[in-house]
Amino acid sequence: MGTEMKYGPLLYELVLRDIKIKYRRSVLGVFWTVLNPLLMMMILYVVFSKLFRFEIDNYAIYILSGQVLFNYYQMATTDAMMAILGNASLIKKIYLPKYILVLAKIMSGAVNLAASFAALMIVIVATGGKITLIFFLAALPLICLILYAMGVGLILASYTVRFRDIQHLYSVFCMGLFYLTPVIYPFSILPDYMKRVIYYNPLTRMLDTFRTIVMENQFPAAEDLVFCLVSAAIAVLAGGLIFRRRQKKFILEL
Amino acid sequence: MQIIKAEHISMQFNMASEKVDNIKEYLIRKIKGHISYDILWALQDVSFTMEAGESVALVGLNGSGKSTFLKVLAGVLEPTGGTINVRGSIAPLIELGAGFDIDLTAKENVWLNGAILGYPRPVMRTYYDDIVAFSGLGQFMDVPVKNFSSGMLARLAFSVMTFGTPDILIVDEVLAVGDFTFQEKCRRRIAEMQRNGTAILFVSHNMEQVREICTRAVWLEKGKVMADGECCQVTEQYMKKGEQAGGESVLP
Repeated sequence: MGTEMKYGPLLYELVLRDIKIKYRRSVLGVFWTVLNPLLMMMILYVVFSKLFRFEIDNYAIYILSGQVLFNYYQMATTDAMMAILGNASLIKKIYLPKYILVLAKIMSGAVNLAASFAALMIVIVATGGKITLIFFLAALPLICLILYAMGVGLILASYTVRFRDIQHLYSVFCMGLFYLTPVIYPFSILPDYMKRVIYYNPLTRMLDTFRTIVMENQFPAAEDLVFCLVSAAIAVLAGGLIFRRRQKKFILEL
Repeated sequence: MQIIKAEHISMQFNMASEKVDNIKEYLIRKIKGHISYDILWALQDVSFTMEAGESVALVGLNGSGKSTFLKVLAGVLEPTGGTINVRGSIAPLIELGAGFDIDLTAKENVWLNGAILGYPRPVMRTYYDDIVAFSGLGQFMDVPVKNFSSGMLARLAFSVMTFGTPDILIVDEVLAVGDFTFQEKCRRRIAEMQRNGTAILFVSHNMEQVREICTRAVWLEKGKVMADGECCQVTEQYMKKGEQAGGESVLP
Protein backbone atom coordinates (compact mmCIF):
# COMPACT_ATOMS: atom_id res chain seq x y z
CA MET A 1 0.00 0.00 0.00
CA GLY A 2 2.83 2.33 0.89
CA THR A 3 4.44 2.01 -2.51
CA GLU A 4 1.17 2.73 -4.33
CA MET A 5 0.89 6.04 -2.53
CA LYS A 6 4.51 6.82 -3.24
CA TYR A 7 4.02 6.53 -6.99
CA GLY A 8 0.83 8.57 -7.21
CA PRO A 9 2.85 11.69 -8.09
CA LEU A 10 4.65 9.75 -10.80
CA LEU A 11 1.40 8.77 -12.45
CA TYR A 12 0.32 12.39 -12.37
CA GLU A 13 3.58 13.63 -13.89
CA LEU A 14 3.56 10.97 -16.61
CA VAL A 15 0.00 11.77 -17.66
CA LEU A 16 0.80 15.47 -17.69
CA ARG A 17 3.91 14.80 -19.76
CA ASP A 18 1.96 12.87 -22.38
CA ILE A 19 -0.60 15.61 -22.76
CA LYS A 20 1.98 18.37 -22.84
CA ILE A 21 4.17 16.70 -25.42
CA LYS A 22 1.26 15.83 -27.65
CA TYR A 23 0.24 19.43 -28.06
CA ARG A 24 3.54 21.20 -27.70
CA ARG A 25 4.20 23.71 -30.48
CA SER A 26 0.67 23.59 -31.79
CA VAL A 27 -1.18 26.86 -31.81
CA LEU A 28 -4.54 25.44 -30.90
CA GLY A 29 -3.04 23.16 -28.27
CA VAL A 30 -5.48 21.03 -26.35
CA PHE A 31 -8.33 22.13 -28.61
CA TRP A 32 -7.06 19.57 -31.08
CA THR A 33 -8.51 16.89 -28.85
CA VAL A 34 -11.91 18.35 -29.58
CA LEU A 35 -11.20 19.42 -33.12
CA ASN A 36 -9.66 16.18 -34.33
CA PRO A 37 -12.71 13.92 -33.86
CA LEU A 38 -14.94 16.68 -35.21
CA LEU A 39 -13.00 16.91 -38.47
CA MET A 40 -12.79 13.13 -38.73
CA MET A 41 -16.51 12.93 -38.22
CA MET A 42 -17.15 15.44 -40.97
CA ILE A 43 -15.18 13.38 -43.49
CA LEU A 44 -16.83 10.12 -42.49
CA TYR A 45 -20.21 11.80 -42.49
CA VAL A 46 -19.77 13.09 -46.03
CA VAL A 47 -18.42 9.76 -47.27
CA PHE A 48 -21.02 7.58 -45.68
CA SER A 49 -24.12 9.71 -45.96
CA LYS A 50 -23.57 10.85 -49.56
CA LEU A 51 -21.62 7.98 -51.11
CA PHE A 52 -22.80 4.90 -49.26
CA ARG A 53 -26.15 5.42 -47.71
CA PHE A 54 -27.01 3.93 -44.37
CA GLU A 55 -30.49 4.39 -43.04
CA ILE A 56 -29.69 5.79 -39.63
CA ASP A 57 -31.34 8.70 -37.92
CA ASN A 58 -28.89 11.32 -36.85
CA TYR A 59 -26.01 9.65 -38.64
CA ALA A 60 -23.52 12.39 -37.65
CA ILE A 61 -23.92 11.56 -33.96
CA TYR A 62 -23.87 7.86 -34.73
CA ILE A 63 -20.50 8.11 -36.46
CA LEU A 64 -19.03 10.57 -34.02
CA SER A 65 -19.86 8.49 -30.98
CA GLY A 66 -18.45 5.39 -32.67
CA GLN A 67 -15.37 7.26 -33.75
CA VAL A 68 -14.71 8.75 -30.31
CA LEU A 69 -14.96 5.42 -28.51
CA PHE A 70 -13.11 3.34 -31.06
CA ASN A 71 -10.35 5.95 -31.39
CA TYR A 72 -9.85 5.91 -27.67
CA TYR A 73 -9.57 2.15 -27.64
CA GLN A 74 -7.09 2.06 -30.48
CA MET A 75 -4.93 4.94 -29.27
CA ALA A 76 -4.87 3.87 -25.65
CA THR A 77 -4.04 0.23 -26.35
CA THR A 78 -1.40 1.11 -28.96
CA ASP A 79 0.26 3.62 -26.64
CA ALA A 80 0.05 1.19 -23.75
CA MET A 81 1.61 -1.54 -25.89
CA MET A 82 4.67 0.66 -26.44
CA ALA A 83 4.84 1.98 -22.88
CA ILE A 84 7.44 -0.51 -21.68
CA LEU A 85 9.57 -0.51 -24.83
CA GLY A 86 9.48 3.26 -25.06
CA ASN A 87 10.70 3.71 -21.51
CA ALA A 88 13.46 1.11 -21.76
CA SER A 89 16.22 3.50 -20.71
CA LEU A 90 14.29 4.44 -17.60
CA ILE A 91 13.42 0.88 -16.59
CA LYS A 92 17.04 -0.18 -16.95
CA LYS A 93 18.34 2.51 -14.65
CA ILE A 94 15.81 3.25 -11.96
CA TYR A 95 13.37 1.11 -10.04
CA LEU A 96 9.74 1.95 -10.56
CA PRO A 97 6.59 -0.14 -10.69
CA LYS A 98 6.28 -0.85 -14.39
CA TYR A 99 2.51 -1.00 -14.62
CA ILE A 100 2.52 2.75 -13.86
CA LEU A 101 3.92 3.38 -17.34
CA VAL A 102 1.05 1.46 -18.94
CA LEU A 103 -1.51 3.03 -16.65
CA ALA A 104 -0.24 6.52 -17.53
CA LYS A 105 -0.94 5.91 -21.22
CA ILE A 106 -4.44 4.68 -20.48
CA MET A 107 -5.09 7.70 -18.27
CA SER A 108 -3.74 10.31 -20.66
CA GLY A 109 -5.93 8.70 -23.30
CA ALA A 110 -8.85 9.03 -20.91
CA VAL A 111 -8.22 12.76 -20.61
CA ASN A 112 -8.48 12.94 -24.39
CA LEU A 113 -11.60 10.83 -24.27
CA ALA A 114 -13.20 13.33 -21.91
CA ALA A 115 -12.36 16.17 -24.31
CA SER A 116 -13.81 14.22 -27.23
CA PHE A 117 -16.93 13.60 -25.19
CA ALA A 118 -17.23 17.38 -24.83
CA ALA A 119 -16.98 17.69 -28.62
CA LEU A 120 -19.74 15.14 -28.96
CA MET A 121 -21.99 17.12 -26.64
CA ILE A 122 -21.41 20.23 -28.76
CA VAL A 123 -22.48 18.39 -31.91
CA ILE A 124 -25.52 16.93 -30.16
CA VAL A 125 -26.67 20.39 -29.12
CA ALA A 126 -25.81 21.85 -32.55
CA THR A 127 -27.86 19.21 -34.36
CA GLY A 128 -30.89 19.88 -32.19
CA GLY A 129 -30.53 17.06 -29.71
CA LYS A 130 -30.92 17.60 -26.02
CA ILE A 131 -28.68 16.84 -23.13
CA THR A 132 -30.46 15.33 -20.18
CA LEU A 133 -29.54 14.00 -16.78
CA ILE A 134 -29.37 10.52 -18.24
CA PHE A 135 -26.09 11.54 -19.88
CA PHE A 136 -24.38 10.94 -16.55
CA LEU A 137 -25.00 7.25 -17.17
CA ALA A 138 -22.68 7.46 -20.18
CA ALA A 139 -19.88 7.27 -17.63
CA LEU A 140 -20.67 3.55 -17.18
CA PRO A 141 -19.82 2.33 -20.69
CA LEU A 142 -16.90 4.76 -20.79
CA ILE A 143 -15.43 3.42 -17.55
CA CYS A 144 -15.88 -0.12 -18.85
CA LEU A 145 -14.09 0.90 -22.05
CA ILE A 146 -11.18 2.43 -20.13
CA LEU A 147 -10.82 -0.68 -17.97
CA TYR A 148 -11.07 -2.94 -20.99
CA ALA A 149 -8.39 -0.92 -22.81
CA MET A 150 -6.22 -1.16 -19.70
CA GLY A 151 -6.51 -4.95 -19.58
CA VAL A 152 -5.74 -5.31 -23.28
CA GLY A 153 -2.93 -2.75 -22.99
CA LEU A 154 -1.29 -4.67 -20.14
CA ILE A 155 -1.38 -7.90 -22.14
CA LEU A 156 0.00 -6.22 -25.26
CA ALA A 157 2.74 -4.44 -23.32
CA SER A 158 3.78 -7.71 -21.64
CA TYR A 159 4.24 -9.60 -24.88
CA THR A 160 5.54 -6.81 -27.11
CA VAL A 161 8.66 -6.69 -24.97
CA ARG A 162 9.29 -10.33 -25.84
CA PHE A 163 8.10 -10.27 -29.43
CA ARG A 164 8.50 -6.93 -31.14
CA ASP A 165 6.44 -7.93 -34.20
CA ILE A 166 3.28 -7.68 -32.14
CA GLN A 167 3.25 -3.93 -32.72
CA HIS A 168 2.94 -4.45 -36.48
CA LEU A 169 0.40 -7.22 -36.13
CA TYR A 170 -1.70 -5.16 -33.77
CA SER A 171 -2.09 -2.22 -36.14
CA VAL A 172 -3.49 -4.61 -38.75
CA PHE A 173 -5.64 -6.26 -36.10
CA CYS A 174 -7.05 -2.86 -35.11
CA MET A 175 -8.06 -2.18 -38.68
CA GLY A 176 -9.96 -5.46 -38.76
CA LEU A 177 -11.48 -4.70 -35.40
CA PHE A 178 -12.71 -1.36 -36.70
CA TYR A 179 -14.90 -3.20 -39.19
CA LEU A 180 -15.90 -5.81 -36.61
CA THR A 181 -17.35 -3.02 -34.50
CA PRO A 182 -20.37 -1.09 -35.72
CA VAL A 183 -18.58 2.25 -35.80
CA ILE A 184 -19.70 3.50 -39.20
CA TYR A 185 -22.37 1.02 -40.24
CA PRO A 186 -25.62 0.09 -38.50
CA PHE A 187 -25.83 -3.28 -36.80
CA SER A 188 -28.97 -4.08 -38.79
CA ILE A 189 -27.26 -4.31 -42.19
CA LEU A 190 -25.21 -7.31 -41.12
CA PRO A 191 -26.07 -10.84 -42.21
CA ASP A 192 -27.14 -13.07 -39.32
CA TYR A 193 -23.92 -15.05 -39.01
CA MET A 194 -21.89 -11.84 -38.76
CA LYS A 195 -24.26 -10.42 -36.20
CA ARG A 196 -23.44 -13.25 -33.86
CA VAL A 197 -19.71 -12.62 -34.12
CA ILE A 198 -19.94 -8.89 -33.75
CA TYR A 199 -22.43 -9.07 -30.94
CA TYR A 200 -19.85 -10.75 -28.72
CA ASN A 201 -17.20 -8.13 -29.38
CA PRO A 202 -17.08 -6.21 -26.07
CA LEU A 203 -16.51 -2.97 -27.97
CA THR A 204 -19.81 -3.44 -29.77
CA ARG A 205 -21.70 -3.67 -26.50
CA MET A 206 -19.93 -0.71 -24.96
CA LEU A 207 -20.64 1.36 -28.04
CA ASP A 208 -24.22 0.17 -28.13
CA THR A 209 -24.80 1.05 -24.49
CA PHE A 210 -23.20 4.42 -25.01
CA ARG A 211 -25.37 5.20 -28.03
CA THR A 212 -28.53 4.12 -26.28
CA ILE A 213 -27.77 6.72 -23.63
CA VAL A 214 -26.60 9.67 -25.70
CA MET A 215 -28.70 9.17 -28.83
CA GLU A 216 -31.94 7.74 -27.51
CA ASN A 217 -31.75 9.18 -24.00
CA GLN A 218 -32.73 5.79 -22.64
CA PHE A 219 -31.54 3.49 -19.93
CA PRO A 220 -29.32 0.79 -21.40
CA ALA A 221 -30.40 -2.81 -21.07
CA ALA A 222 -29.14 -4.38 -17.87
CA GLU A 223 -27.92 -7.39 -19.79
CA ASP A 224 -25.70 -5.20 -21.99
CA LEU A 225 -24.29 -3.34 -19.03
CA VAL A 226 -23.45 -6.58 -17.29
CA PHE A 227 -21.73 -7.85 -20.42
CA CYS A 228 -19.63 -4.65 -20.55
CA LEU A 229 -18.70 -4.86 -16.89
CA VAL A 230 -17.80 -8.53 -17.05
CA SER A 231 -15.65 -8.20 -20.15
CA ALA A 232 -13.87 -5.19 -18.64
CA ALA A 233 -13.28 -7.10 -15.40
CA ILE A 234 -11.96 -10.16 -17.23
CA ALA A 235 -9.61 -8.01 -19.33
CA VAL A 236 -8.21 -6.18 -16.30
CA LEU A 237 -7.78 -9.39 -14.35
CA ALA A 238 -6.10 -11.26 -17.19
CA GLY A 239 -3.95 -8.23 -18.03
CA GLY A 240 -2.90 -7.74 -14.43
CA LEU A 241 -1.97 -11.38 -13.96
CA ILE A 242 -0.04 -11.69 -17.22
CA PHE A 243 1.76 -8.42 -16.63
CA ARG A 244 2.73 -9.38 -13.10
CA ARG A 245 4.10 -12.67 -14.25
CA ARG A 246 6.03 -11.24 -17.19
CA GLN A 247 7.38 -8.00 -15.71
CA LYS A 248 10.39 -9.55 -13.99
CA LYS A 249 11.73 -10.51 -17.39
CA PHE A 250 11.29 -7.11 -19.01
CA ILE A 251 14.69 -5.86 -18.04
CA LEU A 252 16.39 -8.88 -19.61
CA GLU A 253 14.47 -8.48 -22.83
CA LEU A 254 14.72 -4.74 -23.34
CA MET B 1 22.33 0.32 11.91
CA GLN B 2 22.58 -1.86 8.84
CA ILE B 3 20.94 -0.23 5.86
CA ILE B 4 21.91 -2.77 3.22
CA LYS B 5 22.05 -6.46 3.82
CA ALA B 6 22.59 -8.65 0.77
CA GLU B 7 23.14 -12.35 1.26
CA HIS B 8 24.45 -14.82 -1.31
CA ILE B 9 23.34 -12.74 -4.27
CA SER B 10 23.74 -14.35 -7.66
CA MET B 11 22.62 -13.05 -10.99
CA GLN B 12 22.38 -15.14 -14.08
CA PHE B 13 21.99 -13.75 -17.57
CA ASN B 14 20.66 -15.81 -20.35
CA MET B 15 22.55 -14.58 -23.36
CA ALA B 16 20.78 -16.35 -26.22
CA SER B 17 17.23 -15.63 -25.14
CA GLU B 18 18.01 -11.94 -25.17
CA LYS B 19 18.68 -11.83 -28.87
CA VAL B 20 15.51 -13.48 -30.18
CA ASP B 21 13.00 -10.69 -30.06
CA ASN B 22 10.59 -11.54 -32.82
CA ILE B 23 8.14 -14.32 -33.37
CA LYS B 24 9.56 -15.46 -36.70
CA GLU B 25 13.02 -16.06 -35.33
CA TYR B 26 11.63 -17.66 -32.20
CA LEU B 27 9.58 -20.14 -34.19
CA ILE B 28 12.43 -20.97 -36.55
CA ARG B 29 14.73 -21.63 -33.66
CA LYS B 30 12.11 -23.59 -31.80
CA ILE B 31 11.52 -25.84 -34.80
CA LYS B 32 15.22 -26.32 -35.39
CA GLY B 33 15.68 -26.82 -31.68
CA HIS B 34 18.28 -24.10 -31.61
CA ILE B 35 17.25 -22.32 -28.50
CA SER B 36 20.42 -22.93 -26.61
CA TYR B 37 21.41 -20.79 -23.72
CA ASP B 38 24.71 -19.21 -23.06
CA ILE B 39 24.65 -18.78 -19.35
CA LEU B 40 26.57 -15.92 -17.87
CA TRP B 41 26.88 -15.56 -14.13
CA ALA B 42 27.29 -11.84 -13.60
CA LEU B 43 27.28 -12.26 -9.83
CA GLN B 44 28.08 -15.37 -7.87
CA ASP B 45 27.34 -15.68 -4.18
CA VAL B 46 28.00 -12.07 -3.32
CA SER B 47 27.30 -11.12 0.28
CA PHE B 48 27.50 -7.54 1.33
CA THR B 49 26.42 -5.39 4.23
CA MET B 50 26.59 -1.70 4.69
CA GLU B 51 26.13 0.45 7.77
CA ALA B 52 24.30 3.78 7.81
CA GLY B 53 26.60 6.62 6.85
CA GLU B 54 29.34 4.37 5.52
CA SER B 55 31.14 5.13 2.26
CA VAL B 56 32.02 2.07 0.25
CA ALA B 57 33.74 1.80 -3.13
CA LEU B 58 33.20 -0.99 -5.62
CA VAL B 59 36.27 -1.63 -7.71
CA GLY B 60 36.93 -4.13 -10.46
CA LEU B 61 37.66 -4.44 -14.16
CA ASN B 62 35.04 -3.87 -16.86
CA GLY B 63 32.54 -6.69 -16.81
CA SER B 64 33.31 -7.71 -13.25
CA GLY B 65 29.70 -7.21 -12.18
CA LYS B 66 29.88 -3.81 -10.49
CA SER B 67 27.01 -2.23 -12.36
CA THR B 68 24.93 -5.38 -12.14
CA PHE B 69 25.40 -5.36 -8.40
CA LEU B 70 24.37 -1.72 -8.13
CA LYS B 71 21.27 -2.44 -10.20
CA VAL B 72 20.37 -5.33 -7.95
CA LEU B 73 20.71 -3.07 -4.92
CA ALA B 74 18.66 -0.33 -6.57
CA GLY B 75 15.88 -2.84 -7.28
CA VAL B 76 16.23 -2.54 -11.06
CA LEU B 77 17.31 -6.16 -11.45
CA GLU B 78 15.88 -9.00 -9.49
CA PRO B 79 18.65 -11.41 -8.45
CA THR B 80 18.44 -15.03 -9.56
CA GLY B 81 19.33 -16.15 -6.07
CA GLY B 82 19.88 -14.66 -2.64
CA THR B 83 18.06 -12.19 -0.49
CA ILE B 84 18.37 -8.49 -0.27
CA ASN B 85 17.25 -6.02 2.34
CA VAL B 86 17.50 -2.30 1.90
CA ARG B 87 16.31 0.14 4.53
CA GLY B 88 15.82 3.75 3.62
CA SER B 89 15.66 5.84 0.49
CA ILE B 90 18.05 5.32 -2.41
CA ALA B 91 19.18 8.00 -4.83
CA PRO B 92 20.47 5.96 -7.75
CA LEU B 93 22.96 7.78 -9.96
CA ILE B 94 23.43 4.84 -12.26
CA GLU B 95 23.23 6.89 -15.39
CA LEU B 96 22.84 10.63 -15.46
CA GLY B 97 19.62 11.79 -17.00
CA ALA B 98 18.02 8.35 -17.19
CA GLY B 99 14.68 9.76 -16.13
CA PHE B 100 14.75 12.74 -18.45
CA ASP B 101 12.36 13.33 -21.26
CA ILE B 102 14.21 15.33 -23.87
CA ASP B 103 11.06 17.07 -25.09
CA LEU B 104 10.30 18.54 -21.69
CA THR B 105 11.92 21.67 -20.31
CA ALA B 106 14.51 21.46 -17.56
CA LYS B 107 11.95 22.61 -15.03
CA GLU B 108 9.40 19.99 -16.06
CA ASN B 109 12.12 17.37 -15.90
CA VAL B 110 12.80 18.33 -12.30
CA TRP B 111 9.17 17.53 -11.43
CA LEU B 112 9.27 14.29 -13.43
CA ASN B 113 12.51 13.12 -11.86
CA GLY B 114 11.27 13.96 -8.41
CA ALA B 115 8.15 11.90 -9.08
CA ILE B 116 10.28 8.97 -10.25
CA LEU B 117 12.05 9.10 -6.90
CA GLY B 118 8.65 9.27 -5.23
CA TYR B 119 8.41 12.94 -4.32
CA PRO B 120 5.26 14.90 -5.21
CA ARG B 121 5.48 18.36 -6.72
CA PRO B 122 4.83 20.34 -3.51
CA VAL B 123 7.81 18.63 -1.89
CA MET B 124 9.95 19.21 -4.98
CA ARG B 125 9.06 22.89 -4.90
CA THR B 126 10.81 23.26 -1.57
CA TYR B 127 14.00 21.84 -3.12
CA TYR B 128 13.62 23.53 -6.48
CA ASP B 129 15.67 26.65 -5.76
CA ASP B 130 18.52 24.56 -4.34
CA ILE B 131 18.49 22.30 -7.37
CA VAL B 132 18.61 25.22 -9.78
CA ALA B 133 21.28 27.01 -7.79
CA PHE B 134 23.46 23.93 -7.63
CA SER B 135 23.14 23.18 -11.32
CA GLY B 136 23.96 26.78 -12.21
CA LEU B 137 21.40 26.61 -15.02
CA GLY B 138 19.04 29.26 -13.72
CA GLN B 139 18.47 30.95 -17.07
CA PHE B 140 17.92 27.68 -18.95
CA MET B 141 15.22 26.14 -16.80
CA ASP B 142 12.48 26.81 -19.37
CA VAL B 143 14.45 25.37 -22.29
CA PRO B 144 13.69 21.82 -23.48
CA VAL B 145 16.59 19.62 -22.45
CA LYS B 146 17.08 18.35 -26.00
CA ASN B 147 18.78 21.69 -26.62
CA PHE B 148 21.18 21.14 -23.73
CA SER B 149 24.82 20.21 -24.18
CA SER B 150 25.87 16.95 -22.56
CA GLY B 151 27.66 18.90 -19.86
CA MET B 152 24.56 20.92 -19.04
CA LEU B 153 22.50 17.76 -19.01
CA ALA B 154 24.92 16.15 -16.58
CA ARG B 155 24.77 19.18 -14.31
CA LEU B 156 21.01 19.13 -14.21
CA ALA B 157 20.87 15.39 -13.73
CA PHE B 158 23.36 15.40 -10.89
CA SER B 159 21.55 18.24 -9.15
CA VAL B 160 18.15 16.67 -9.51
CA MET B 161 19.25 13.30 -8.13
CA THR B 162 21.19 14.56 -5.15
CA PHE B 163 18.84 17.01 -3.51
CA GLY B 164 17.99 16.60 0.15
CA THR B 165 19.56 13.80 2.16
CA PRO B 166 18.78 10.31 0.86
CA ASP B 167 19.85 7.42 3.09
CA ILE B 168 21.92 5.85 0.34
CA LEU B 169 23.53 7.47 -2.68
CA ILE B 170 24.63 5.17 -5.48
CA VAL B 171 27.18 6.70 -7.84
CA ASP B 172 28.18 4.71 -10.90
CA GLU B 173 31.06 6.33 -12.78
CA VAL B 174 29.18 9.54 -13.31
CA LEU B 175 31.65 11.98 -11.84
CA ALA B 176 33.81 12.08 -14.96
CA VAL B 177 31.39 14.44 -16.66
CA GLY B 178 31.08 18.19 -16.61
CA ASP B 179 33.89 20.71 -16.47
CA PHE B 180 36.35 20.79 -13.59
CA THR B 181 34.44 23.44 -11.65
CA PHE B 182 31.37 21.24 -11.67
CA GLN B 183 33.33 18.11 -10.79
CA GLU B 184 34.70 19.96 -7.83
CA LYS B 185 31.17 21.00 -6.89
CA CYS B 186 30.00 17.39 -7.11
CA ARG B 187 32.76 16.24 -4.83
CA ARG B 188 31.80 18.91 -2.32
CA ARG B 189 28.14 17.91 -2.53
CA ILE B 190 29.06 14.29 -1.88
CA ALA B 191 31.22 15.28 1.07
CA GLU B 192 28.35 17.36 2.42
CA MET B 193 25.95 14.45 2.08
CA GLN B 194 28.44 12.20 3.88
CA ARG B 195 28.52 14.66 6.76
CA ASN B 196 24.74 14.61 6.88
CA GLY B 197 24.75 10.84 7.28
CA THR B 198 24.12 9.63 3.73
CA ALA B 199 25.78 6.33 2.94
CA ILE B 200 27.66 6.34 -0.36
CA LEU B 201 28.16 3.41 -2.68
CA PHE B 202 30.70 4.49 -5.22
CA VAL B 203 31.93 2.97 -8.46
CA SER B 204 34.87 4.52 -10.24
CA HIS B 205 38.03 3.58 -12.07
CA ASN B 206 39.76 6.59 -10.64
CA MET B 207 41.57 5.18 -7.58
CA GLU B 208 42.49 8.61 -6.30
CA GLN B 209 38.84 9.58 -6.22
CA VAL B 210 37.93 6.29 -4.58
CA ARG B 211 40.48 6.80 -1.79
CA GLU B 212 39.37 10.37 -1.30
CA ILE B 213 35.69 9.55 -0.90
CA CYS B 214 35.55 6.07 0.59
CA THR B 215 36.78 4.37 3.72
CA ARG B 216 36.02 0.83 2.64
CA ALA B 217 36.34 -0.92 -0.70
CA VAL B 218 34.97 -4.11 -2.21
CA TRP B 219 36.83 -5.71 -5.09
CA LEU B 220 34.77 -7.70 -7.53
CA GLU B 221 36.17 -9.98 -10.20
CA LYS B 222 34.08 -12.12 -12.52
CA GLY B 223 31.10 -11.67 -10.26
CA LYS B 224 32.86 -12.75 -7.09
CA VAL B 225 34.10 -10.79 -4.13
CA MET B 226 37.90 -10.93 -4.12
CA ALA B 227 38.44 -8.64 -1.17
CA ASP B 228 36.43 -6.49 1.17
CA GLY B 229 38.10 -4.17 3.63
CA GLU B 230 39.99 -0.99 4.25
CA CYS B 231 39.93 1.18 1.15
CA CYS B 232 43.65 1.77 0.56
CA GLN B 233 44.56 -1.88 1.11
CA VAL B 234 41.93 -3.26 -1.19
CA THR B 235 42.59 -0.78 -3.98
CA GLU B 236 46.31 -1.51 -3.73
CA GLN B 237 45.72 -5.26 -4.02
CA TYR B 238 43.44 -4.63 -6.96
CA MET B 239 45.92 -2.37 -8.73
CA LYS B 240 48.76 -4.82 -8.17
CA LYS B 241 46.71 -7.66 -9.64
CA GLY B 242 45.76 -5.46 -12.56
CA GLU B 243 49.36 -4.58 -13.30
CA GLN B 244 50.38 -8.24 -13.19
CA ALA B 245 47.58 -9.24 -15.50
CA GLY B 246 48.36 -6.32 -17.77
CA GLY B 247 52.03 -7.28 -17.72
CA GLU B 248 51.28 -10.88 -18.53
CA SER B 249 49.10 -10.09 -21.45
CA VAL B 250 51.85 -8.13 -23.19
CA LEU B 251 54.28 -11.00 -22.88
CA PRO B 252 54.42 -13.33 -25.87
